[in-house]
Amino acid sequence: MNEAPPVVAIEGLRKVFAAPDGTPFAAIDDISLTVRPGVLTALVGPDGAGKTTLIRMIAGLLQPDGGSLRVLGHDVHRDPQAVQNRISYMPQRFGLYDDLSVQENLDLYADLHGVPDDERRERIGRMLAMTDMARFVARPAGKLSGGMKQKLGLACTLVRSPDLLLLDEPSVGVDPLSRRELWAILEQLIERDRLSVLVSTAYMDEAARCDALYVLHHGRLLAQGTPDDLRALAQGLTYEATPPPGVPARAVQARLIDAPSRIVDAVPRGGSVSLIRRPECSEAAMAALVPDAAITPREAGLEDAFMLLLHAQPGADVAPAASPAPPLVRDAEPVIVVRDLVRRFGDFTAVANTSFDVRRGEIFGLLGPNGAGKTTTFRMLCGLLPATSGTLQVAGVNLRHARSKARARIGYVAQKFALYGNLTVRENLRFFAGAYGLRGAAADARIAAVIKRFGLDPAMTSGILPTGYKQRLAMAAGLLHQPDILFLDEPTSGIDPLARRAFWRTITELAAEGVTIIVTTHFMEEAEYCDRIAIQDAGRVLALGTPQAVREAAGGDHTMDMNRAFIAIVEQSRANGESAAA
Amino acid sequence: MGAFIALAAQVWSLCVKELLAMVKDPANRLILFAPALIQSLLFGYGATFDLTHVPYALLDQSGGKAATELVARIDGTGVFRRAMTLRSSEQVAGAIDSNDALLVITIPSDFDSLLARGETAPVQVILDGRNSSTAGTALGQISAITAAYNLTQGASAPVSIVRRAWHNPNLQSRWTLMPALIAGLSLMQTLLVAALSVAREREQGTFDQLLVTPLTPIQIMIGKSLPAMLIGIIQSTIILAIIRLWFQIPMQGSIMLLYVGLVGFTAAAVGIGLSISAFALTMQQAMLYTFLLIMPMMLLSGLLTPVRNMPDWLQVITYANPLRFGVDMVRRIYLEGAGLSDIAFDFVPLGVVSMITLPLAAWLFRNRLS
Repeated sequence: MNEAPPVVAIEGLRKVFAAPDGTPFAAIDDISLTVRPGVLTALVGPDGAGKTTLIRMIAGLLQPDGGSLRVLGHDVHRDPQAVQNRISYMPQRFGLYDDLSVQENLDLYADLHGVPDDERRERIGRMLAMTDMARFVARPAGKLSGGMKQKLGLACTLVRSPDLLLLDEPSVGVDPLSRRELWAILEQLIERDRLSVLVSTAYMDEAARCDALYVLHHGRLLAQGTPDDLRALAQGLTYEATPPPGVPARAVQARLIDAPSRIVDAVPRGGSVSLIRRPECSEAAMAALVPDAAITPREAGLEDAFMLLLHAQPGADVAPAASPAPPLVRDAEPVIVVRDLVRRFGDFTAVANTSFDVRRGEIFGLLGPNGAGKTTTFRMLCGLLPATSGTLQVAGVNLRHARSKARARIGYVAQKFALYGNLTVRENLRFFAGAYGLRGAAADARIAAVIKRFGLDPAMTSGILPTGYKQRLAMAAGLLHQPDILFLDEPTSGIDPLARRAFWRTITELAAEGVTIIVTTHFMEEAEYCDRIAIQDAGRVLALGTPQAVREAAGGDHTMDMNRAFIAIVEQSRANGESAAA
Repeated sequence: MGAFIALAAQVWSLCVKELLAMVKDPANRLILFAPALIQSLLFGYGATFDLTHVPYALLDQSGGKAATELVARIDGTGVFRRAMTLRSSEQVAGAIDSNDALLVITIPSDFDSLLARGETAPVQVILDGRNSSTAGTALGQISAITAAYNLTQGASAPVSIVRRAWHNPNLQSRWTLMPALIAGLSLMQTLLVAALSVAREREQGTFDQLLVTPLTPIQIMIGKSLPAMLIGIIQSTIILAIIRLWFQIPMQGSIMLLYVGLVGFTAAAVGIGLSISAFALTMQQAMLYTFLLIMPMMLLSGLLTPVRNMPDWLQVITYANPLRFGVDMVRRIYLEGAGLSDIAFDFVPLGVVSMITLPLAAWLFRNRLS
């Protein structure tokens, strides 16, 4: 089809780094790929796959350790400046100047790139129109939301017209609405300007919009092709299991994912379970795992292909949970009671009149875009932030009066690794056991139990553990004192899909044991694991209920994915807000 | 009792964690001990007001026997070293300005004849006032030498001063300065360790994890201050050992009392450090506040210049400075052999500072929001 010379031509590329413990490891291991002009090419892979390293090498910011790398006809290694003069690169965290206004940031980048005055006015005007930011030119960049910052970053990157645009995970940490806008802008650029774009992403829905995909994992190229090529890999292996009435989807999902010899992957979705069987496992053997559920074939998606590819890697199997999930026992008693909760910072209301209950053994999800108030709500529930007004009862204890007593009954896992990095696993656990008042034999027994449960090596220095293990250690520390309630703040951000499955398997198991789970997440599909979710925007709870109820409130049926339900609900509310204000 | 043990055990595990985290960091290990060692050696050798080999210039216009005898006495003390011998009074300004001589002694041409007639003979001493304290000390020495000379000449001295310097017989400034360093040098480290402790946890996100445990702010405060105090007292011990064993300055007072005093002083220092730490949002801020504070604390402590010489209003401010009382206490116990009743008052301002700053830090743990 397109016979023009490739924009990027990579042959046998290698890059070796030293791991935190000093041993060398290949961040990029013998990768070959080409980026054709005028199309959207994506590097797809979980965190740590090598996407950023590869993009930085293409931009001439890192020296390769082997192989050849030609960009726009130049050897990047020999003449990085010649390449950099013709490309635009947007790193994950774009260097916006927080104290400068939107206009000043754009002007600054135009100056840096030496864009002539007449061309600049037209270009910046177009960028502002395209990103719909003309209204905010005078606002300091530091005061923009995460999504708007990212759009401004893109606009600054494009103040000149490049021959190749490199985007490193442009939608990380951006809420679904802004994510959709960002991609609309990208598609417009490719269609109108015939721009060549190389983008990296961990989101499958984004990858599905690209023309060519390269799937990366641990520095190696697993597969390449169009989205249709990749989908074909999973063709005929994908099914949907609908549980009988009264059985939660995640109970069925737990039984499926615990049989890795037959099932590649199973995730709850829309009240039923999406699963992929192993090619060598027969349909009958698969159905025998969940005799009570109705199994029907379904269309293969890109995510299915991706999971299949990851599972084909050695050592990729999720460790099965220690015990089969016992039947769920529910009592009606709420363990968390929130009434008319308000938190103000000065004249800004971060959380407005929020009320909800969480029952014992429930998994309760707090969802919302950045700045929606979910972190503030979460911090108040954990006792990290006092409420301005309202009632907050946790584990039967009023948080206003007996905070220390309430804290003894909760566990907390922070968003980023928040244990002591230069202590070993055992020293960390020993400290938290002591802090929670465990002593002597009781402490030893609990430490041994969590080490076993999470498969930890007690002698390892915790700071150099891989991300997935750091998270396990954080969970272990949070569960040492057998809390009634476990708080998890964005627990799955930054870990790969396999580790995420294992993580949710542990969570559902804990819930089955009667631990109440409060979780915030920006992965909307993870809402499917929750019994109930609350969607927050601008400090208010917009929807509260089971994932199914939220879907219905969004005007969709069970086929609507959570992402779309979320967007619909937030848009409805914002439209109502605007019409009320008008 | 059981409840107390449970609370103490929680604090204990925090102390263990703090010390482990401090010792496990190789850079930290070095910072804990090397500066105290190096600084106390540097101070011991480098910082001294004692006069030895003071360069002076002589303009002897008389050349007589009496003048020669006086000059021989000056040269014989070992305090002065004749750097130049001048020929005329025009050379005086040059000798001082070029820093070749700290002082110029001029003996007039009629020196011998005046003395022979039994009259008073003046000797002129011109001093370099750019270095006032050394010049003053040097002048004192010259006066003492001439006074002694006068006696040999049979001059009557109705009042004579017999000097006995107590607690420091040879008035060596090393003796005055070094014991004070037991408090002064350790203050810097103690403040820094305490100031970084909470700020580091805030910056790395571990403080939230600490705050969600059942530990109360008071427990956290105790668990954070005890290790910092231990570090401070270890620092003091290193300096004490160097002073006592290397510089061999004899210690008069009780070592027990010295440590009791150090506990009181270090608690106040840690209180200030922890308050800074609880207030700062980043390690950088904590470090900045600490350095901003250390300079005035040193200046207003009496470590180098006596508090007595400061204007009254400034002396009042020094009551908030734990170092002032730390220095006073250590100096008096070490050199003078002061007992508990002698230094008891020092504990009052130190106690007040601890009693304000430690609870303030504990309050800030939970109430300082970013």
